Amino acid sequence: MAAPEGTAKPGLWGWINKRLPAEDFVRSQLLEYYAPKNFNVWYFFGSLALLVLVIQLLSGIFLTMFYKVGEATAFDSVEYIMREVNYGWLIRYLHSTGASAFFVVVYLHMFRALLYGSYKAPRELLWLFGMLVYLALMAEAFMGYVLPWGNMSYWGAQVIVNLFSTIPVVGPGLVEWIRGDYGIADATLNRFFALHVVAVPLGLLLLVALHLVALRQVGSNNPDGIEIKEHKGPDGKPLDGIPFHPYYTVKDVVGVGVFLIAFAVVVFFVPTFNDIFLEKPNFEPANPLSTPEHIAPVWYFTPFYAMLRAVPDQRLGALLMLLAILAFFFLPWLDRSPVKSVRYRGWIYRAFLTVFTVSFLVLMYLGLKPASVAYVYAARVFTAGYFAFFVLMPFYTRWDRTRPVPTRVTFHA
Amino acid sequence: MLKPATLLIALVSAAPLLTAAESAAEPAAAESKAVDWQSWHAGNDVRNTASLQRGVRNFVNYCQGCHSLKYMRYSRMASDLHIPEEQLRTYLILTGDKPGDYMLSSMPAADSETWFGKTPPDLSLIARSRGADYLYRFLKTFYADPSRQSGANNLQLANAAMPAVLSSLEGVKRAVFVNRESIVGGKPVTEKVFDHFEMVSPGAMDAAQFDAFVRDTVNFLDYVGEPAQATRVDIGVWVVLFLLVFTWLAWLLKHEYWKDVH
Repeated sequence: MAAPEGTAKPGLWGWINKRLPAEDFVRSQLLEYYAPKNFNVWYFFGSLALLVLVIQLLSGIFLTMFYKVGEATAFDSVEYIMREVNYGWLIRYLHSTGASAFFVVVYLHMFRALLYGSYKAPRELLWLFGMLVYLALMAEAFMGYVLPWGNMSYWGAQVIVNLFSTIPVVGPGLVEWIRGDYGIADATLNRFFALHVVAVPLGLLLLVALHLVALRQVGSNNPDGIEIKEHKGPDGKPLDGIPFHPYYTVKDVVGVGVFLIAFAVVVFFVPTFNDIFLEKPNFEPANPLSTPEHIAPVWYFTPFYAMLRAVPDQRLGALLMLLAILAFFFLPWLDRSPVKSVRYRGWIYRAFLTVFTVSFLVLMYLGLKPASVAYVYAARVFTAGYFAFFVLMPFYTRWDRTRPVPTRVTFHA
Repeated sequence: MLKPATLLIALVSAAPLLTAAESAAEPAAAESKAVDWQSWHAGNDVRNTASLQRGVRNFVNYCQGCHSLKYMRYSRMASDLHIPEEQLRTYLILTGDKPGDYMLSSMPAADSETWFGKTPPDLSLIARSRGADYLYRFLKTFYADPSRQSGANNLQLANAAMPAVLSSLEGVKRAVFVNRESIVGGKPVTEKVFDHFEMVSPGAMDAAQFDAFVRDTVNFLDYVGEPAQATRVDIGVWVVLFLLVFTWLAWLLKHEYWKDVH
């Protein structure tokens, strides 16, 4: 093995590199990491997810300095942050908007994978780590939502934690173990705080690191679904690749700018986002004696919530919810298509993907609305549409008539 | 900035300045008196400092006897609303508190529980949990109802525990209900629906004056719900302008770099 790069350089940089592979890292990960040159707008959401993670960590640290966990103090301390901490309202809105922004970005990031087959071999592990990130994110968001101890925090926790009681035999005991009490109470709030600020973020960071390492190992997919490593020039560099830095760093900064404009518009002008990001009942303190008129989780959980309500039996409903999320894990093995990108797939895959996307969005809407009879029937139809995408995938991806994939990516300078 | 003289007039004047009264409170058409109160909007503006000043005057005189604002300090309110400390102490702190104190009611909780059946809720966040329109409709739809212990009922919050405390200003209204026939599940059903109000005895204000009184009060509660909301928007404008310039420059830079990519 050759001596690590940068060690021969003079001064501090050389000194550091004798002790830490800093230049090695910068070279291998940025300057000599070749990414396909044909990324389109869908490829911004990975770096944006990382940005939102940083926003959440930083704003979260400042919130933790003023938030007082405990059922007697939590709600008051959030109002203290909103009113008496300098720019406390900004820190809080950054964090509450960041939670929703995280899911917007992650859902678009996942949709990109469905469009271009990014979960297919050799990127199965990359996809699985990504899905684990999504699961950790759901846990993080749910427990974070309980911390302000508003009435929707309380009743939302009540409903979600009770889902575990549908598990046969161990269910009721498990629920008590999760809550640490016979109901959602002080003990529950304290442990959710511990999990929200320490345990889950640590896990999240580890999973994000693994997701990135796996990405570097296999290389990025692209809108054409072509492996750029298979077509290298005489210098051994992919013909359709460009160094991540400076090309994609400078491009991602543009994405960051556009994202931050949208983010700032919400934070500064519509922080409750018309009562969707911050719901009205959560401005009332938790009250076990007063149920909100209509309990609904925050928008990013409502597709699954709509499925739960669509099934008359609660146990089956909870199982269906679980399957709806777990189904994503099996995508790499359900998809039998010889091509990755939707660009070269036939109409059948396109039709199923459209049905799935529409179903997901309609279920999201239905989950936000009270469960009227018509809505429950609609939810059943769209739940079927959602699962059809996964269950029938091994069949339709094989029957689908694909088009030949070119050897080089499509790129218009 | 508001001139002190204007402020003084606004604070002590019994009749608030009339804002353009919304016609929503009036009957819609001549033949039908039906009032669609559920479509009323508060139409308040938290940037209207004069309205907020009238609102806090209304609040301390008509609401604070029973309701607290436990998250709102007098001093913060006075500074946001450009009210000098001297006027704050003279006209707005009626409970003997200091400017740095929270705007609490002096009614003991145990007493209010006995009198009203429940402790009047803290109103710090009422505009956030219910919305300004809800508060506007609530304050404008009290009507005489002898069957209630308080003698009054409310359209927005049926069987409200709160008495019609503003009836000395608004007057006493009677609600006229009509029977509406409809078919539910194949069977004819008759339900009593609200049609319109009739004034039984007038109050100190006419309809437009009372409307403005309610709007100012709701406006103040809207401000109290999120005292930083005006600042938030002011800062936001600059943040977005900065980001627009930043993004434009970033795009130019990207364009320059990507010239080499073919």
